[in-house]
Amino acid sequence: MKLYNAKGSIRRRLVLQLAAIAALLSVAFFLTVRVVAEQAATDTQDNILAASATSIADAIYSDGGEVRLELPYSAISMLSTISEDRVFYRVLVNGATVTGYDDLPLPATRTAQRGPRFETFSYRGDQLRSVLVSRTLSAGDRAASVQVVVGQTRLGLAAISSKITSTAVAIGVAFFLVATALSFLAAQNAMSPLDRLAASVARRGPNDLRPVTAATPTELVPLVGGLNSFMGRLRSALTRSEDLITEAAHRVRTPLATVRTQAEVIHRQMERPANKKALREMIRAVDESSRSAGQLLDHAMVTFRSDQLETETLDAADLLRDVVDRLSPTAELKDIGIKLDVPRDTINVQGDPILLQNAVRNVLDNAIKYSPADTDIEVQLTGGKSCRMAFRDQGRGFGEVDLEKLTKRFSRGSNVGDVVGSGLGLTIADDVATAHGGSLEITSNTEGPGACVTLVLPLA
Amino acid sequence: MRFLLVEDNLKLAKALCDRFAQEGHVADHAETLADAEASIRTVAYDMILLDIMLPDGDGREFLRAHRSASNPTPVIVLTARSEVSDRVGLLDLGADDYITKPFDFSELQARVRAVMRRLGGAANNAKTYGDVVFDSTTGEIIVAGIPEQLRNREMRLLEVFFASPGQIFSKSHLMDRLFSFSDDVSENAIEVYVGRLRRKLEPSQASIETVRGLGYRMVLAS
Ligand SMILES: Nc1ncnc2c1ncn2[C@@H]1O[C@H](COP(=O)(O)OP(=O)(O)OP(=O)(O)O)[C@@H](O)[C@H]1O
Ligand SMILES: [Mg+2]
Repeated sequence: MKLYNAKGSIRRRLVLQLAAIAALLSVAFFLTVRVVAEQAATDTQDNILAASATSIADAIYSDGGEVRLELPYSAISMLSTISEDRVFYRVLVNGATVTGYDDLPLPATRTAQRGPRFETFSYRGDQLRSVLVSRTLSAGDRAASVQVVVGQTRLGLAAISSKITSTAVAIGVAFFLVATALSFLAAQNAMSPLDRLAASVARRGPNDLRPVTAATPTELVPLVGGLNSFMGRLRSALTRSEDLITEAAHRVRTPLATVRTQAEVIHRQMERPANKKALREMIRAVDESSRSAGQLLDHAMVTFRSDQLETETLDAADLLRDVVDRLSPTAELKDIGIKLDVPRDTINVQGDPILLQNAVRNVLDNAIKYSPADTDIEVQLTGGKSCRMAFRDQGRGFGEVDLEKLTKRFSRGSNVGDVVGSGLGLTIADDVATAHGGSLEITSNTEGPGACVTLVLPLA
Repeated sequence: MRFLLVEDNLKLAKALCDRFAQEGHVADHAETLADAEASIRTVAYDMILLDIMLPDGDGREFLRAHRSASNPTPVIVLTARSEVSDRVGLLDLGADDYITKPFDFSELQARVRAVMRRLGGAANNAKTYGDVVFDSTTGEIIVAGIPEQLRNREMRLLEVFFASPGQIFSKSHLMDRLFSFSDDVSENAIEVYVGRLRRKLEPSQASIETVRGLGYRMVLAS
């Protein structure tokens, strides 16, 4: 039987969600690092380009109306400090190229802008970052406008950028892994009160219906509260059904006892055989119904106790001795002797004494009631691989009875004749054996006539 | 024997007292635990039959008090509860035995006898008839000085004859005494037991005589 519908795990959900957040954060981190780093690299290049262009522009002077340029070496060399990239320059005076590559395009001029202007474009098959620095020079009475363009390819920058990218990826992945591991721990930690609570509930014996008092996280208070009130209701329902069984037994049995005793008194006083016979029938009917009521209630009680089996270690010989003592007076009425044969070594079984006594009593009760007067019943206890309690009688035996059916509820054999019974005795014995992990073996007696019923139980 | 029956159900108590009387015993009835205690103080009973659900308390309390006062009178509990729920407690509390209602009266008698035998009580239950001594508690007869153990049915049969020597008992009366209501036996079955008794009484002055058409009686040989 499936007792619950297990679906999804809080722990897994928590871990997955935290891991997803970590992944998002890693990607954001990676992107940020890349953008910032590239920006920083570009700014560095721009600054140097601007410095270079400015120093070139500053090196331009007017010599009696003639504009002259002495290209400072440092202007170019400072650019090679950041990378091995190729450098291009162009100097224009009043729009005419004075020196440098005259096809080097000028960064687009935006009117409002002063200071150096930067642009990236494609030049001679490479990405080129270039700067334009403008300056006005007074050459004699005229003013000359000087424009200096310095450009540098971006190969070095690309290398830096890819290095930064791979570092950022590595850091991102590491961050993700660490964050996931931490989220795992966090989930574990967050779940631990739940685990403790679950363990404290699972540790309980099947009969422990006391409220759960283990420390409960606030979020679980409604659940534990529900559980406790449920157990409270269960406890009172169980007590009530136990009381009900007891009460029912009392209500049914007392009036039956009155009727039966009164009938016996009258039976003794009667003379006419026909009346006596009628009264006997009546008494048998009373016995029939009280036996049924008793066995039904016993069976209910047995089922009830088996469901919440409480076991202790029992000496099988003592158990048998108790039941034999208890039934001896009944057997004696028919001059039936019960021979108890137990080995010298103690044989222990693990079980509920009340249930086992009831099972043994039902089997022995059968042996007594289905045997004729002046016979013997042999009760034999043997150990070995399991505890075997065999009950052999010299009675009518099972004959043609279908042995499989005898342990069914209310099933009685065709061999019963006038013997009163309800057909629950072997059902009870079988249920008890099964509840204890044992079995009930029903066979014909191999030595002579009669039946042999064996209660097999695992050893303690 | 003298019994005290502690039982709150009046009809059942009345029927049981009648039944005891039929068997030649005396049974006093106490309806409550208080009544029972009062009776015990004034009369020495051979046996107490105790119901455990009583109006003024639990019979188990009575049992505990009875035992701790080391009162030797044996107690058999009459219980109407499920066989499964009660039993252990009853014997632990000092009941000598218990029986579940409703019960066959002969079963109650068998239990009373078993308890008496176990406790060795009612020692002077032995009766003498001629040269036969018969103890109906132990089931022992002494014939011509030789003790012999009777089987249960032989003993119960002899008990009937010993109660009124010389009286004629019909076969059907003897059957009622010997067999339970579920025993499916013919009237001839009684002859088997009479036959066995005769053999055991052979060496003595007492014998069981067949009265044609009427039954049997125990007489002393002249
Ligand atoms: N020792 C035995 N000898 C012969 N037949 C037996 C023996 N034990 C059980 N049976 C058969 O098995 C059947 C089932 O036994 P079970 O004890 O379950 O019921 P029951 O004795 O009829 O009723 P109760 O519930 O009152 O004991 C009996 O009706 C009888 O036919
Ligand atoms: Mg049975």
